[in-house]
Amino acid sequence: MVPVVEMTDIAIGFPGVKALDGVNFRLFPGEVHALMGENGAGKSTLIKALTGVYSIDSGTVTVLGEHKQFSTPAASQAAGISTVYQEVNLCPNLTVEENVLLGREPRRRGSIDWKGVRSRTREVLAELHLDQVDPGSLLSSHSIAVQQLIAIARSVEINAKVLILDEPTSSLDADEVNQLFRVIRDLRDRGVAILFVSHFLEQVYDISDRMTVLRNGKLVGEYMTRDLSRMGLISKMIGREMEALAELDQAPARTRARTDSGVTPFLETRGLGRKGSVSHVDLSVYPGEVVGLAGLLGAGRTEIARLIFGADKADEGSMAIKGASQRIRSPRTAIDLRIGFCSEDRKEEGLIGDLSVRDNLVLAMQASKGWARRIPRRVQDELVAEYIQALDVRPANPDALIRNLSGGNQQKVLLARWLVTHPELLILDEPTRGIDIGAKTQIQKLVSQLAADGMSILFISSELEEVLRVSDRIAVIKDRAMVADINNDDVSVEDVMTVIAGGAQ
Amino acid sequence: MKSLLKHRLAWPVIALAALLLLNQVFRPDFLSLRMQDGHLYGSLIDIMRNGAPTILIALGMTLVIATRGIDLSVGAVVAIAGAASCAYIAASPEPGSPVTAATAVLIAVIAGLALGIWNGFLVSTIGVQPIIATLVLMTAGRGIAQLITGGQIISVSNDPYKSIGAGYLLTLPISILITAAVFILAAVLTRRTALGTLIEAVGINPVASRLAGLRSRNIIWIVYVFSAVCAAIAGLMISSNVTAADANNAGLYIEMDAILAVVIGGTSLAGGRYTLVGTVVGAFIIQTLTTTVYTLGIPPEVTLVFKALVVITVCLLQAPKARNLLSSLKAAPKPAAKEKVAI
Repeated sequence: MVPVVEMTDIAIGFPGVKALDGVNFRLFPGEVHALMGENGAGKSTLIKALTGVYSIDSGTVTVLGEHKQFSTPAASQAAGISTVYQEVNLCPNLTVEENVLLGREPRRRGSIDWKGVRSRTREVLAELHLDQVDPGSLLSSHSIAVQQLIAIARSVEINAKVLILDEPTSSLDADEVNQLFRVIRDLRDRGVAILFVSHFLEQVYDISDRMTVLRNGKLVGEYMTRDLSRMGLISKMIGREMEALAELDQAPARTRARTDSGVTPFLETRGLGRKGSVSHVDLSVYPGEVVGLAGLLGAGRTEIARLIFGADKADEGSMAIKGASQRIRSPRTAIDLRIGFCSEDRKEEGLIGDLSVRDNLVLAMQASKGWARRIPRRVQDELVAEYIQALDVRPANPDALIRNLSGGNQQKVLLARWLVTHPELLILDEPTRGIDIGAKTQIQKLVSQLAADGMSILFISSELEEVLRVSDRIAVIKDRAMVADINNDDVSVEDVMTVIAGGAQ
Repeated sequence: MKSLLKHRLAWPVIALAALLLLNQVFRPDFLSLRMQDGHLYGSLIDIMRNGAPTILIALGMTLVIATRGIDLSVGAVVAIAGAASCAYIAASPEPGSPVTAATAVLIAVIAGLALGIWNGFLVSTIGVQPIIATLVLMTAGRGIAQLITGGQIISVSNDPYKSIGAGYLLTLPISILITAAVFILAAVLTRRTALGTLIEAVGINPVASRLAGLRSRNIIWIVYVFSAVCAAIAGLMISSNVTAADANNAGLYIEMDAILAVVIGGTSLAGGRYTLVGTVVGAFIIQTLTTTVYTLGIPPEVTLVFKALVVITVCLLQAPKARNLLSSLKAAPKPAAKEKVAI
C-alpha cells in the first residue's frame, strides 16, 4: 500500500532546542496512526511541520507521492490535510452551519445560498451521526465534545484525506469519547488516514492500528499496535528499562500525615464562597498534609483554589491561616502568607512566554522582593541550576525561551517558580494535565516528598486515581459546593464516585 | 554574518548607516567633525542635538509601550513644562539669575512628575485604557499650558536657562549630555534592578504576572511617571533652545515621532520585550531623515512622503513575512519563519 503522507529525515531546530532530528513518519489510508512520546519528544513539532505551521530545516514531505513543502497552514489544507486541535479553533459566535462551510459556502448568483448551506450541513452532520445538532444553532451553545465533532465535520466536508487529531479527548467524558471514536472508525473505514495524538494509553490501544514512537526529537520506531505491549510502549517512550519503570510506577510510599487534635491547620476555611461561583467550602489543610480536591470537571475545584489564593475575592465565609483570621484580597496577599498557586492554564495564567526559563523561574520570588531589590545574577544562576537539575528540566538551558519548551518541562519550571519561594501551602491545579508518564510520576513523587518535608498541599486533578494516590484526605466537590471530606484510608475510586454520584456523605 | 542579521537591532542599525552614507555621498564633509571655539561642530552633532528631545521622550515611551500601554500626552507635557518654567522666570524678580533658572527647572520636573502620576493613576488604578487615559491629557494639556502662558508666547532671557538647550559643556552640547545621562539612568534603573524584567513580564502576560504576585499597578505607575518626566525635560530643552514658551506649538506631534522611534527600534506595540538602544537608533533614523531631506534638496512638498517611505521600509525589513518574501526572491523558496520577530 502507498502511504498518503511520507515524511523522511525531518529535522527542525529552534534557538537552544533541537526539536526534531532525522525523523521518519508514514501515514496510510484507512488506518488510525497514533503518534506517541513524552512531552518534548517532538509530537507537536512533527504535526506542525506537517500542517505548515513550522518550516522544516531538512528532510522531505510527500503527500500522495508528490513532493510538498508547506509554508503555510493553508497550503497544507489545500493538499487535503485537516487538523482538529485540543482547543477547538472554530468561531464560537457563528452558527454550526457557518462554521462547517466557512469560506466554502455554496453560492447562487454571487450571494450565499443559505438553503444550500443548510442542506449540505445536514448531510455532513448526518454522516457523523450528529442529526440532533441544529445547523442554525450557535456553535458556543454546544459542549466541547460536540464542537470537536463539528470541527471534524468541517474536515469531512472538504474531503480531507488526512485528519490530524491532537489530544482530542483531553476534555471529554467517557460517553463523549465513545461517540468520537465511533466517528473516527467511520472515517477510517472510508479510507481517511487519521493521525491520533493522546496521552491516554487506553484510548490509544482502543483506537489505533499503528503507532510511531518519538523520544527527545528522535524516532524510536514504528510498530503495529497489536504487537506492542503497554509496558513495551512506555519503556520505548521514556527510554528506560523495565525494572526502572516498575520502580517509577510504584505508588510513592510515605506515611500519611497525622491530623491529630492539638495541631493547628495551616489553612482553615468556614463557609467560604463567592456569588455565582462556589459556596460552603469548609476546608482544612494541616502542615505536611496533601488534601485532594475531587470532583467532575466544572464542579468548582479551580474556583475554590482561586478563592484561597486571592485570584478571585471571596464574598462569604471566612478563612484562617495558622489559626489567625485573614482576608486574602489579592494573590500578593496570599503569597505574603506563604501560599503558592500553579494554575491549570499554563499558557494563559502561568508562563511569561517571551522570557527565559531563568526569568520565569525566579519571577514569583522577585515579585515578592519588589523591583528595586533584584536577585543577584549569581543567586539566580544557582537557584535555576539547582531546580533544573532537581526537576530534570529539558533542555537544561536557563536562557531558552520558555515558550520553546514542551508542556511538561514548562510545568516543571512553573512548579520551581513556587518552590524557590518556600511556600507553606502549595495549590496545584491539574499539575499533570497533558504531561507524559515520566514527568507525571516525577511530579507525583515530588508532591509526596514536599509534604513529607512539612509543606501543605492542595492537589487538584481530574484523574481520581492520581488524587487517591497522592492525597491524605480528599475533599469532594460537587455542583460548586464542597459535599464531603474523606480520610484516604484504602478509599477506592468507586467510593469517591459514589459520593459524587450520591451527593452527601 | 547570518546570525548578525538576525539580531533584533540589525536592520535599524543598517538603515541608519545607509542614511548616513547617503548623506556622505551627496555632501562629502557630512561625517566630518571640527572643533571651533572649544565646541564640537558637524552634522552628526546637529543630528544628535536636534534629536535629543525626541530621544528623551522615546525612552520614556519605550517603557510605557513595553507594558502594553501608550502615552499620547507627552507633547502636551512638553508644552506645560516649558510654559511653567518660562512663566516662572518671566514673573520672577530676578529673571536672569541662575537660582531662578534652577527653580524653573525644578518646577518643570515637578510638573512632569505630577502629570505622570495623573496618567499612571488613570491607567493603573482606575483601569482606563492607556490610549484614552493619555488622550485626556493630550487634549487638556495644551489648554493648561495656554492658561499658564495666558495665551501669549512668553520670551525669557536667562543665560543659565538658555544653556540647557543651546549651551556647551566639555565641547559637547548640553542637551546631548542630558539625554545621554537619562539614557544611562534608564538603562541602569531597568537592568540593574528587576524593573526591566517585571515591565516585560507585565507586558507579555499580565494575568500570569498577577498570579505570580507582581504588583503591576506600581510598575505601570512608574513607567508613566518616567515618561512624563522625560517629556518635561524635553520641554525644558525645547523652550530653552528658543528662549520662549509656545503653548500651541512646543512639542506638537512629538508623540508620533517618539512612538515611531520605538517601533523602528524594534519594540513591539503589543508590549513585552523592549530595547532602549533600539529606540535611540530609531530616533536617530528619524532625525537623520530630516537632515537627509535638506542634504538631498528634496522639495518640501514631498518630504513627508519620502520620510514615510523610509519608515515603511525599515518596519518591513523587520517583519518576518517581508523578510521571507525577500529571501525567496533572492534564492530558492524558503518556507515560513519559525521565529516571530516583533515589528
